[in-house]
Amino acid sequence: MNANGSLLALKGVSKRFGPVQALQDVDFEVRPGEVVALVGDNGAGKSTLVKTISGIYSADTGTMSFEGHPVSISSPAEAARLGIATVYQDLALCDNLDVVANLFLGREVVSGGLAELTRQLNEVDMEHQSHELLEQLAVTIPNVRSEVGNLSGGQRQQVAVARSLLGEPKVVLLDEPTAALGVAQTAQVLALIKRLRERGLGVVVISHNLADVFEVADRIFVLFLGRPGGTFEASDTTREDVVAAITGARRNGEAAHSDVAEEGG
Amino acid sequence: MSAATPAAAEPLAARPTRGEVVRRVLQGDLASVRVILGLALIWIIFQSQNSNFLTAVNLTNLMLQITAVGLISVGIVYVLLLGEIDLSVGAVSGLTAAIMAVLNVKHGWNPYLSIAAGVICGMAIGSVQGALFTGFGIPSFVVTLAGLLVWQGALLYVLGDTGTINLTNPKITGLANTFYSDTVGWIMAAIAIGAYTASTLWAWRGRVRAGLADRQLTGPVIRIVIVAAAVIATVAVLNSDRGVPLAVLILVGFVAGMEYIARRTRFGRHVYALGGSAEAARRAGINIHAIRITVFAIAGSMAAIGGIMQASRLLAVNQSSGGNDLLLLAIAGPVIAGTSLFGGRGNVWSALLGALVIGSISNGMDLLNLQSSVKFMVTGGVLLAAVVVDALARRQRQAAGRL
Repeated sequence: MNANGSLLALKGVSKRFGPVQALQDVDFEVRPGEVVALVGDNGAGKSTLVKTISGIYSADTGTMSFEGHPVSISSPAEAARLGIATVYQDLALCDNLDVVANLFLGREVVSGGLAELTRQLNEVDMEHQSHELLEQLAVTIPNVRSEVGNLSGGQRQQVAVARSLLGEPKVVLLDEPTAALGVAQTAQVLALIKRLRERGLGVVVISHNLADVFEVADRIFVLFLGRPGGTFEASDTTREDVVAAITGARRNGEAAHSDVAEEGG
Repeated sequence: MSAATPAAAEPLAARPTRGEVVRRVLQGDLASVRVILGLALIWIIFQSQNSNFLTAVNLTNLMLQITAVGLISVGIVYVLLLGEIDLSVGAVSGLTAAIMAVLNVKHGWNPYLSIAAGVICGMAIGSVQGALFTGFGIPSFVVTLAGLLVWQGALLYVLGDTGTINLTNPKITGLANTFYSDTVGWIMAAIAIGAYTASTLWAWRGRVRAGLADRQLTGPVIRIVIVAAAVIATVAVLNSDRGVPLAVLILVGFVAGMEYIARRTRFGRHVYALGGSAEAARRAGINIHAIRITVFAIAGSMAAIGGIMQASRLLAVNQSSGGNDLLLLAIAGPVIAGTSLFGGRGNVWSALLGALVIGSISNGMDLLNLQSSVKFMVTGGVLLAAVVVDALARRQRQAAGRL
């Protein structure tokens, strides 16, 4: 961990797709036990930034450091190895499998002894761990053996978030976790995000919903046309300031509150 | 432990209510029950028309008739679980049987080596088709349709001028024409029931120890009784004719083994995951190319094994081996028995159950001296009915908020 305690820090990151400058000179950081909301209009570069962090895209220029060490993340597998987990907007769950199978998808627990030869699944152990994990996160799912396709949208989102935690990540990236959820389900998911913070994880949330952002975020990072549009402490910012930054009404954001980003650099 | 477990376990594992069971039968989760009821109906109809249908001789013949299709269907089930299709399995079964026959009869190879060569060719063909499908992103339908033509041509090439090769080696013809004595049959039944009982109780014990299941033994015991009854009835029927055939042992052995792999191993879990959502599987770090290639290799291998059993039963390989309706029946069987064409749902037992349904219809209509025109139309009708039921089950799942 480096001096100013940042878990993940990006500095001067740019990314270009042909003629489109998707990201330009972006500095971004997340600290342990902090929820950073990533906001911006459509096409502002939020998804590109998240995909750069999670190893799907590689940045054209700029540096990235993780726990104070310079890293280059060239694939999702490498991001996962470092401890960066991503929960995608479209969830990426298998509806035909039950909750346990989805939680452990790709990292199934295999039985020991003779059964290891065939890579036999240790269902008992996986089910046990599933109960423990869901209990820790206060996620209530009536039956972990029910198919994920049977669950409500909020439950599915919570399963997706819980799954990302099985790899014991340090940073969790959530892409629009509350999109398309009802009021009660949104509250459940936001509560879950707060519990991630309590566990000391660095959390990055992409969201369009400013009510949700102010509810859960410690810091709000605005992107405008691929450039940093300002960083705000959620506690001493008004919604109007953030909206102004998102729409570019207050660009070149003499960024009254962008001191955090400066410090990160 | 023993005192605390039941109370602690209570909220964890909700037991299905009766309504839940009915819903699962209707919506296709317990499709096997539906199929067994359908099979019983078919048997009752044929028995009422011809009292020879449910005799030991005829039921033994039925089992021998379905062995090849059932084995090929085992591979098809894996392909269907991915949500893909393999149209080449019929042609592959003919070609690989011909390769075995040529090596054994014309080149004098050892019978076991010839059989192994046939199976390895099937595996290689499947791997190539799987690699083309996943590597270039060509629909499996097209890749295997091309394969169907290529391997049919290869069959004619391998057979050469003679066109027909008669199999005389007792090891090869013995595959489909060996019957065990009554005693051996009962010993095998005892071993099968014992193994099933032990594994079921062992799994139950593990769950109870971990505090996951309620302590009632009713479920496992009912399952053990049903399996034991089925095994005993089958062996009794087979024993009252010529005895348990080696072919049946091979078929049931492959079905049970491949069901274990599908249900209980990491590879099988990944196959189901890919059928459910290939994108989710990829993001979970599963090597979807390797899984797909392996599944098509399994389909090719099982096609070869089925083709070799068929050749053994007919004592020859000829230019129409693996042709006719073999491919369509091998695909229709699992679908009739509840394996979804849309991927991710089904089980390997549906290969056996589906082959039994189709085989029973074909066998029964032969007994009634019906023409093949009628046979084709009736089999087609049953397939259509089964797919409609599958589609309805799917729609019901969606209506119930399940995708």
